[in-house]
Amino acid sequence: MTSTTADTTGPASGTRDAPHDPVAMLREMIRIRRFEEKCVELYSATSIRGFLHLCIGEEATAVGVLGALGPEDAVVSTYREHGHALARGVPAAEVMAELYGRATGCSRGRGGSMHLFDASRRFYGGNAIVGGGLPVAVGLALADAMRGRPVVTTVIFGDGAFAEGELHESANLAALWHLPVLFCCENNRYAMGTALGREHANPDLAARAAGYGMAARSVDGMDVEAVHAATEEAVAAIRRGDGPVFLELQTYRFRAHSMYDPDRYRDKAEIERFKGLDPITTLTARLVGAGLLAPEDVERIEAEVAAEVEAAVAAAAAGPWEPVSDLTRFLMTRGEDAGDGGPVRVPAAAEEGGVS
Amino acid sequence: MTTTLRDPTARATRTTTYREALREAHRDAMRRDDRVFLMGEDVARYGGCFAVSLGLAEEFGEERVRDTPLSESAFTGAGIGAALGGLRPIVEIMTVNFSLLALDQILNNAATLRHMSGGQLSVPLVIRMTTGGGRQLAAQHSHSLESYYAHIPGLTVLSPATLEDARGMLWPALEDPDPVVVFEHGSLYNVEGVLPEEPDPVDIVHAAVRRTGGDVTLVGHGGTVPKVLAAAEVLAARGIDAEVVDLRVLRPLDEATVLESVGRTHRAVVVDEGWRSVGVAAEVSARIAERALYELDAPVERVCGVEVPLPYPKHLEDAALPQVDDVVAAARRAVGDDA
Repeated sequence: MTSTTADTTGPASGTRDAPHDPVAMLREMIRIRRFEEKCVELYSATSIRGFLHLCIGEEATAVGVLGALGPEDAVVSTYREHGHALARGVPAAEVMAELYGRATGCSRGRGGSMHLFDASRRFYGGNAIVGGGLPVAVGLALADAMRGRPVVTTVIFGDGAFAEGELHESANLAALWHLPVLFCCENNRYAMGTALGREHANPDLAARAAGYGMAARSVDGMDVEAVHAATEEAVAAIRRGDGPVFLELQTYRFRAHSMYDPDRYRDKAEIERFKGLDPITTLTARLVGAGLLAPEDVERIEAEVAAEVEAAVAAAAAGPWEPVSDLTRFLMTRGEDAGDGGPVRVPAAAEEGGVS
Repeated sequence: MTTTLRDPTARATRTTTYREALREAHRDAMRRDDRVFLMGEDVARYGGCFAVSLGLAEEFGEERVRDTPLSESAFTGAGIGAALGGLRPIVEIMTVNFSLLALDQILNNAATLRHMSGGQLSVPLVIRMTTGGGRQLAAQHSHSLESYYAHIPGLTVLSPATLEDARGMLWPALEDPDPVVVFEHGSLYNVEGVLPEEPDPVDIVHAAVRRTGGDVTLVGHGGTVPKVLAAAEVLAARGIDAEVVDLRVLRPLDEATVLESVGRTHRAVVVDEGWRSVGVAAEVSARIAERALYELDAPVERVCGVEVPLPYPKHLEDAALPQVDDVVAAARRAVGDDA
């Protein structure tokens, strides 16, 4: 299986014009990159806490996949999902506010970096249990299939998830029931710090997925146009009723697994080699070389993105905290706010009895 | 909520079983709402491992009564996804021991998504599973792990002990916008009883007083309720008038009904097949201690499963599970009947 060879010299034919525009895809990748670079600063400044997993270097998978989906489609993502959320259209200000833990965040600040949700965009998180989103995606697709809705559920996960039982159970179930699921495996070669070859007896993930009886292919995940074309083709096949499709997107993260990771397990030369495949610089060079983009266009994009990121940070920092009185809110619909096992209210009689 | 015997002359009734009552509840739900479907291992062509769904695939088709692979995590998670997608799934898991393979989905997704998404998502999913011992199925098919689920905020946990609840709890569970876990004790499926043809609705909120009495409160749920009621009869023969509270709902716990009863009897025996440590009985006892300590005339007694993996031979299994005699002995200690 080799990467796609779709013609990417101009807008491809299709129903959605904007995502086919390589300049628009470049812009979206730059937007994600600059957003996350700002996150690094803000993490160092302790404005963002908890775990922070960055997709710097992997922007082509987010932009290529999400741009090929329609608003009616569902997306289930993993914990390295800032790029997915932004490419799905979750406003940068809401994502940033979520990282700040503010009530104006896309999950009211309750989820943080790993748990971005936006029901209005059918963006179902933000799952930090590796592989945990896969069965949910199968169920979303099952609901669409049972209701006769021509909708695709895309589930994005990493190569680490391929070692989880939930991947194999879900792949089998989706193929068995012929469900409209697009499995997108972002293979960045490391499950946290464990290299692919040290984790998988057979590291050819697409071949193994094909063993479940679904179409599967491997794609150059550093090439946004290739990812977009492959996704578009897969989505069309799924909408035709051809059953689930598996895409292995071969990518690489330029930064460590998380902000806590000292990155001892990778060769620095390897990192530098992959930086040479940076999806943003390579696409920029190609578009400039082809005369589709002028240097001043890049400057304009950078300026617009910088302004958007700054505005997002300002809005996030100004956002309110959710009041502590809302702590148990949204736990259960029935008896909202009643909760269970909450603070014990000792009866007055007992207090008078001097319980200590 | 109090269950009363109905005058059989007043309305049409029929003799049925706990199993058939459950099946009737499924049939009724699938007729009322086309979003409702059942999935799990062997629910369709086999008819359900405990024959609860026998005949439903023939009536509703294999789209809505859906056999799954042996993939507890995937089909439970698929139930969560289908619920998010607007359906009203019922997921059947063969036993609570097997449900541990799906615990990630139940805890990290079903119980969590609404709160973690800031109220954007809800998971209207019903998960049914068999629990409990007494059938010589040994240590991987017999445990009572209700407390594992009753520990989890975001879930409603039901333990139907009666035919009325077996028939009536499913519909309100399906109407609930949030996930509900239903425990069916394996010893109850063959229990016979009389139900009205047109059953009254039941709630999934309150505990029920199954027998009134003034001397001691016996608290049970699910499979222990018949044993507790039998113990109450033995105690009655000794002149001890026991009240029996069936918890029905293990989370959120209806402590008011328990405390009200203990406030009258001043003595409590809490019965649960689960292991004693950190279990349902421990929670009920703690609530009584926190909120009704000065109502008590005797220490709270607990009658629980012995803390071992449940063994296969009948004599050892019997010894490991709460029995009528154990409940009687505990109640006699509580009332100071040491004759």
